[in-house]
Amino acid sequence: MTVDTAATSNRGAADGEPELVQLLTPEGQRIPHERYDALIDDITADEIRGFYRDLVLSRRIDSEAVSLQRQGELGLWASMLGQEAAQVGSSRALRRQDHVFPTYREHAVAWCRGVDPAQLLGLFRGVDQGSWDPAQNNFHLYTIVIGAQTLHATGYAMGVQRDGANGTGDPDRDAAVIAYFGDGATSQGDVSESFIWASVNNAPVVFFCQNNQWAISEPLERQTRVPLYRRAHGFGFPGLRVDGNDVLACLAVTREALQRARDGEGPSLIEAFTYRMGAHTTTDDPTRYRLDTELEHWRLKDPIERVKAYMIRSEMADQAFFEQIEAEADDMAERLRRECRALPDPAPDSIFDQVYVDTPPTLLAQRDEMVRYLDSFADEEASR
Amino acid sequence: MTSNASTLTLAKALNAGLRRSMENDPKVLMMGEDVGKLGGVFRVTDGLQKDFGEDRVIDTPLAESGIIGTAVGLALRGYRPVCEIQFDGFVFPGYDQLVTQVAKMHFRSGGRLRLPIVVRIPYGGGIGAVEHHSESPEAYFAHTPGLKVVTCANPIDAYWMLQDAISADDPIIFFEPKRRYYEKAEVDLDNHPGIGLHASRVVRDGSDVTVATYGPMVKTCLEAAVAAEDEERSLEIIDLRTLSPLDLDPVYESVRRTGRLVVVHEAQRTLGIGTEVAARVTEECFYSLEAPVVRVTGYDTPYPPARIEDDYLPDLDRVLDGVDRALAY
Ligand SMILES: Cc1ncc(C[n+]2csc(CCOP(=O)(O)OP(=O)(O)O)c2C)c(N)n1
Ligand SMILES: [Mg+2]
Repeated sequence: MTVDTAATSNRGAADGEPELVQLLTPEGQRIPHERYDALIDDITADEIRGFYRDLVLSRRIDSEAVSLQRQGELGLWASMLGQEAAQVGSSRALRRQDHVFPTYREHAVAWCRGVDPAQLLGLFRGVDQGSWDPAQNNFHLYTIVIGAQTLHATGYAMGVQRDGANGTGDPDRDAAVIAYFGDGATSQGDVSESFIWASVNNAPVVFFCQNNQWAISEPLERQTRVPLYRRAHGFGFPGLRVDGNDVLACLAVTREALQRARDGEGPSLIEAFTYRMGAHTTTDDPTRYRLDTELEHWRLKDPIERVKAYMIRSEMADQAFFEQIEAEADDMAERLRRECRALPDPAPDSIFDQVYVDTPPTLLAQRDEMVRYLDSFADEEASR
Repeated sequence: MTSNASTLTLAKALNAGLRRSMENDPKVLMMGEDVGKLGGVFRVTDGLQKDFGEDRVIDTPLAESGIIGTAVGLALRGYRPVCEIQFDGFVFPGYDQLVTQVAKMHFRSGGRLRLPIVVRIPYGGGIGAVEHHSESPEAYFAHTPGLKVVTCANPIDAYWMLQDAISADDPIIFFEPKRRYYEKAEVDLDNHPGIGLHASRVVRDGSDVTVATYGPMVKTCLEAAVAAEDEERSLEIIDLRTLSPLDLDPVYESVRRTGRLVVVHEAQRTLGIGTEVAARVTEECFYSLEAPVVRVTGYDTPYPPARIEDDYLPDLDRVLDGVDRALAY
């Protein structure tokens, strides 16, 4: 991997923002880092091309979903535009045996874990509430109740610990858990409690906070007076801030934190400093609360452009490569649109099937009542 | 009496009611997620921060326990906090504060401490939302002694009931039927309609079957009553308005005439408001009843994915089906 030792860092300090870990500048210069270079020195040009592909394809899933919502095919969509590098970088640091607890916005993480993109759409189309099998990709269901999943991740990590599935030194066995959450979520009691549980239990969990600067209409200042990553120190584990629009830096710091967890050294907090480029969801109108100038500022830090610039600069890819990825994205988008429209509505009486493992007869009676009621319309139709 | 009437949506009527309360009493505060600059995700607090300032209209950190818990402290200090919970499914991080603290403070303190807190919760389904955004959790609160629970069904009640709730000295959970936010009506902004906050009301006279309902289902039941006319069935519709305490005198009076009662709500059936209404009507009107009390409700399942919510929610046909069942005896 080429490192431009002459390049100067633009780690945000110039913008009055606190120091953050950065390996790729917005202009695509690979700048050296004393600590984190070593964590990604094995990354090949092929893998960089793979990250680029992840970034482009996941952004395409996102933009297609926004259009599908506009066309009435989805009820809602929560766009992750601008957060691709934080998600791709962190999830490419995961091993097969690691576990992910996402919010509702982790579409690129889902992509990297191998969740079928069409399956992601079901929740937003209103045909299910998460149709993928969490065990298949170690990717839990989306959680909408803010912060709740951080406790689930911590408990899961405590289970990993009890199973002796970390701290053995076996790279194929030792596992870590990663919890994703937003800047707004850090205010929830559940999140503080998860920090406490993780800390006192030395649980193998990485808290990955995507600070996209906004919780719907509320800017970060409504949630905190200190940089979020510093909260970790008060709970007794390390925290750091990374350039969330830098896929390599996100990869490096998450690798380090996950390895700590796998090695039995306990939890860490990563604050990925990024920006929600889109609306909160498709029902939100951000012009009511934020300025376009902010968006312009962040557009210059685009997570995909900088990887592309880096690849061109270091001759890792040519025009043909970029065109090939575009073509792949087009194909995938076409398939996604088709598969979204084909997602079937569930049968109305299916709501009774999965409420309990052991369905009580009283509920079965209600199901019969519904079926009889719905059938009475079919009879009416038939007798016409 | 002069009248200052205006055609308002239910959401705008709530907004006007909040504004009036803030003008009348400097101790009234708004607090919640996104209630300031954004004016709330349903715009119910639109413009209030601009006019009353950030001290009185507070964009809180994202934590419902914090919203309710700090409202307790502010109330102890003499303020009248009006808390907004963004959606029904997100009240639960604040549920502990409501049940263990808000509900019991007056009782525990021997009546010395009052908590004049209003918690506004948009509730109910029918808007095609994702999970946690369409629920009807009113019974959890009505089951809690120390909390009062009310719900409005039209812009006039939205405007007046909210002001009455804010000026009351007990903590009140104020449920807003979110799918009716855009229903319009003429609201007289100056003259109180005279009905108490904790009173139910006959909203359509009828003689064959009594239908008791509240919130979003009032409109559905009124439409069912119109449809029932075609079959020469006369439904009397009662808007309960107050769920704790319940005001069932109008229901008893009606059932003594009709002999039949259907209770309609979106919330799941078991131990819902309908269960309590059925029990009390059975106690009070046993010899007048011609049929068991029929409940038309959501099913005892979690709220379903949006594409099939229409089969979960009571609608006009299911209300009429309930009426048929009541008449079948
Ligand atoms: C307990 C709870 N309260 C309120 C909401 C409504 N809500 C959904 S997203 C959101 C803001 C979340 O902000 P943040 O944690 O920064 O994540 P982001 O949406 O920016 O990814 C709010 C208030 C919710 N989903 N859950
Ligand atoms: Mg955020």
